Amino acid sequence: MTTSPRHPASEGEIGARQAVMALCAEASRTDLEAALSVLDTPAAADLRPPETGLVMASGRIGGDGRPFNLGEVSVTRAAIRLADGPAGFAYHLGRDRTKARLAAILDALWQDPDRRARVEAALAPAARRLAADRQQAARRTAATRVDFLTLARGDD
Amino acid sequence: MYVAVKGGEAAIDNAHRLLAEARRGDPAVPELSVAQIREQMALLVDRVMTEGSLYDPDLAALALKQARGDVVEAVFLVRAYRTTLPRFGASAPVDTGTMAVERRVSATFKDLPGGQVLGPTFDYTHRLVDFALAADTASEPAAEAEPRADAGTCPRVTDLLAQDGLIEASPPDDGAPVGDLTREPVDYPADRALRLQALARGDEGFVLGLAYSTQRGYGRTHPFVGEIRVGAVAVEFVPEELGFAVPLGRVRLTECQMVNQFKGSGAAAPQFTRGYGLSFGQSERKAMAMALVDRALRAEELGEPVASPAQDQEFVLAHCDSLQATGFVEHLKLPHYVDFQAELELVRRLRAEFERKTETVEMQEAAE
Repeated sequence: MTTSPRHPASEGEIGARQAVMALCAEASRTDLEAALSVLDTPAAADLRPPETGLVMASGRIGGDGRPFNLGEVSVTRAAIRLADGPAGFAYHLGRDRTKARLAAILDALWQDPDRRARVEAALAPAARRLAADRQQAARRTAATRVDFLTLARGDD
Repeated sequence: MYVAVKGGEAAIDNAHRLLAEARRGDPAVPELSVAQIREQMALLVDRVMTEGSLYDPDLAALALKQARGDVVEAVFLVRAYRTTLPRFGASAPVDTGTMAVERRVSATFKDLPGGQVLGPTFDYTHRLVDFALAADTASEPAAEAEPRADAGTCPRVTDLLAQDGLIEASPPDDGAPVGDLTREPVDYPADRALRLQALARGDEGFVLGLAYSTQRGYGRTHPFVGEIRVGAVAVEFVPEELGFAVPLGRVRLTECQMVNQFKGSGAAAPQFTRGYGLSFGQSERKAMAMALVDRALRAEELGEPVASPAQDQEFVLAHCDSLQATGFVEHLKLPHYVDFQAELELVRRLRAEFERKTETVEMQEAAE
């Protein structure tokens, strides 16, 4: 299986595709259903039925050294092809096969330059919600930051 | 004589039905949902993920429900589940330097870029039972504050020390394949990567006890917590069919950088050495214990005498896995009728011999 050969991917394009994949991975199934509901989507056939498996997650000794195997993560993947051409893929943490398939459809739609803007617009509400969640988490964390007071000792 | 025993089937079936009812408890009390366990027993879920060696909060929560809250049983369920799944491959190593920090403290430097951030911690609580929690009272909403400019960048404390050569560097990534104890049995001596994998999935109680033993003098390492950080990091995987890194989502991890003394040797100038701990979820105690034992297990590499249990890698690695340990300990309760029958015969024979000898001695003494 390969991605659509019609559009040889540039590095910038891969980065943009990864960003949409990351968004779909973090979004909820409901988010993806909502996005697809406003898009005109041709029929999608499974290239590979959604499947749950494992990916061994590794860390690095000392955080930046030699890798070591930390433990596995459950991952669900899906691969589809739209009736009018492009193939789409998804690999997500967790075991939600329905969600992975929805993300694979969105990945395929996104690869079509004529549909890209509409896909991104459809996913924008999920992106905004996730950004707001992250911002709130950062604000809550910031409130627990320690402000050390230096107590003056002696005369000087 | 031993006769094969059958007939346990009905008893076993009924025991399992009884277990299901016991698991549910009093039906007048509302049943726990998996989501409730995931959200409200989060640190327990993190422990099951860490020791089950599988990051999947919903699965760990379900396993805990099925196991009636028994951690080792839940770990058993998670480990059994993973054997039913294909492995797609290995992730790119996660970069804890890019962690979205929820908590980050250092015991070695007060002022450091990114700051000391307490996050949700039991530290500094009074450990008094809060009876208000029994009354379902809603808690005060968390405070919020504007993150400071440097909040997003938390350099590792070990990097700050490394700038002056005061601390050893991490072992470099030489591209060599990384051992995986779920695929190959451990060969001794095991390298540090393999030891860290074993410790990461090791029983928290066992690893904690070993870590404590090093503090009490059984392989002392003079540790300081350089840094503990908790937060989400992205996991990426390169599928063959795509050829580029696909973001799988984010996992919450706890990392501990332990900074330890090293007085140097003929070949190396004195500098600080390091122990490293990394675990799934918020599992600070585990990450700290892991880092202490990691450092203790480096004794031979650093030319220190190997004299204590925490420094003996075969002792540590062969006994830290709760599933292996429970398997061998708990198998003792299964029928050993044949084994025991043989032992019984042997003891009877030995006793008969003993009595015969004693009688002979008594008769000789009487004759003299």
